[in-house]
Amino acid sequence: MQTYDLEADGLRGLNAALHAQTNQTRWEIINPKGSHAIAVGLDAPIDVTVKGSTGYYCAGMNQQATVRVEGSVGPGVAENMMSGEVIVEGDASQYAGATGHGGLLVIKGNASSRCGISMKGIDIVVHGNIGHMSAFMAQAGTLVVCGDAGDALGDSLYEARLFVRGSVKSLGADCVEKEMRPEHLALLETLLERAGADAKAEEFTRYGSARKLYNFDVDTSAAY
Amino acid sequence: MTQTDDTTPRTVPIQSETFSNAVNAEIRRAAETGIYDIRGGGAKRRVPHFDDLLFLGASVSRYPLEGYRERCETSVTLGGRFAQKPIELDIPITIAGMSFGALSGPAKEALGRGASAAGTSTTTGDGGMTPEEREHSDKLVYQYLPSRYGMNPNDLRKADAIEIVVGQGAKPGGGGMLLGQKISDRVAEMRTLPKGIDQRSACRHPDWTGPDDLEIKILELREITGWQVPIYVKVGATRPYYDTALAVKAGADVVVMDGMQGGTAATQDVFIENVGIPTLACIRPAVQALQDLGVHREVQLVISGGIRNGADVAKAMALGADAVAIGTAALIALGDNDPKWEAEYQKLGTTAGAYDDWHAGNDPAGITTQDPALAARLDPVDAGRRLRNYLKVMTLEAQTIARACGHNHLHNLEPEDLCALTMEAAAMARVPLAGTDWYPGKPGF
Repeated sequence: MQTYDLEADGLRGLNAALHAQTNQTRWEIINPKGSHAIAVGLDAPIDVTVKGSTGYYCAGMNQQATVRVEGSVGPGVAENMMSGEVIVEGDASQYAGATGHGGLLVIKGNASSRCGISMKGIDIVVHGNIGHMSAFMAQAGTLVVCGDAGDALGDSLYEARLFVRGSVKSLGADCVEKEMRPEHLALLETLLERAGADAKAEEFTRYGSARKLYNFDVDTSAAY
Repeated sequence: MTQTDDTTPRTVPIQSETFSNAVNAEIRRAAETGIYDIRGGGAKRRVPHFDDLLFLGASVSRYPLEGYRERCETSVTLGGRFAQKPIELDIPITIAGMSFGALSGPAKEALGRGASAAGTSTTTGDGGMTPEEREHSDKLVYQYLPSRYGMNPNDLRKADAIEIVVGQGAKPGGGGMLLGQKISDRVAEMRTLPKGIDQRSACRHPDWTGPDDLEIKILELREITGWQVPIYVKVGATRPYYDTALAVKAGADVVVMDGMQGGTAATQDVFIENVGIPTLACIRPAVQALQDLGVHREVQLVISGGIRNGADVAKAMALGADAVAIGTAALIALGDNDPKWEAEYQKLGTTAGAYDDWHAGNDPAGITTQDPALAARLDPVDAGRRLRNYLKVMTLEAQTIARACGHNHLHNLEPEDLCALTMEAAAMARVPLAGTDWYPGKPGF
């Protein structure tokens, strides 16, 4: 285990060290104190634990690595993640998992607005609630919410799959409730288990795209 | 009342300036189809432009350089403010961002070939980087767009520079649209969307809003790429002074300012013609912002939107730009709107020079299409040669003018080399009306 004091040794040194191909596979970052861009652009199967809360874009564009934050995260955690895992023990601010292509993002607290915006294949599991406009223009991947969802869930949704256990304040344009089939239950069970979420797949409702906005139609122009 | 007969003088039919034939045709089209007109390209309306400026040339007070004996340098370095590896270009004319998807594979390859042969850079577009364009582009700028289609950190690390696209001149404040007919299997896969749907590109970035966030986003990109490559910020010309100042404050190495004549692959005609300001109007305020912040030349300014020839290049640089970018002109050099395809343009209801249905995917020249048969019409090697020639000619033209003004580097061109033909151009470019020492808004008058 390599310990890195972010306050003492600086951000550039941290990310440079994490990018370097060394034999060190376990890292602990102390004194993050809300710093931005911690552990971004990783591309190796290493384990990184952040001992505290972070600012913007923690674990941005992650590949292969497992990043665990023992605190809360600012906007854009794991944005554009390609693979690996990011686990947040606390809450997440806006845009969690934005545009992510792959990997698993777990938020054990609540996530703010626009969680999973433009997601492109990432799987996101939120143990708590999510804010408004989540999964906006979400293209692919799965968003699982064990609590409630805010306004306009899944607005302008493409092919991403959304599962919510609690209430949904409102659905966005072209987002509809859908039948929960066996393959969805199986997918959900796997994700809940991987995310350590204490919930049963049968308790969730599935939402997806009605696919009515995929090609422009003047008769539905008010929905755009 | 007197009865008129055939011999009575009559007024001639007068077409309305307000309700012209073109306006009426658009009203009928809208009434029939129920959808706004979408097209490619930039503003077609007449706006003050570089044609409204002239160079003064040498005289008694200034002496020229000998065109065939004295050198006039053309190189430019972009991105030295923070990047450890700034981009070194032989010429100050770059290729603007245009996507694979909007353009065919051969067209993207040709842009890379032509730019590389001329010693300059080319740029990706919405949808990400293709292996072909990376292979054929010596210097490739990777666009970081609101849609993040195809956004991949592996490609980010392969780029020679990163361009954060906030907006573009054809549609500042607007997102993009790639209609279903151009969504081939490959384009759909690159963008992680179903084949055949109309692809909307977001109008703003999904994970930041405002200049304070932008500063943090730039920090993230620099950390991911090890502070190696320059980061550009591209904006559509609207409020050039403040946008430039905020981009600088956010940490940009290079500011790219795109005027309303700059092209797009597909946007509403009403947007293209009615939002944004002309290229000529955005240069001086952008330069002023750089000067006020003490970073003119340290942060480079790249101007685009309607650049057509070496005179335009020289005028943009005389007004303070460090380089220019071309898009539409590059496509024309490849073969877009060539009269040799006139018969096919006629079948599409248009004519060579006016073809702008770049979104439709039926381009006879094989450039703005994903149809394999049409795309095969464009030989990327030959088209790349034409682009290289065109870039060389533009450079020679700009050098010719610079020498005539007594400068041994294009960067030494200055506003004092220029005068304006119209009041509007004088006001926008802040250079005197020809034959006077005055321009509208000049202090002291």
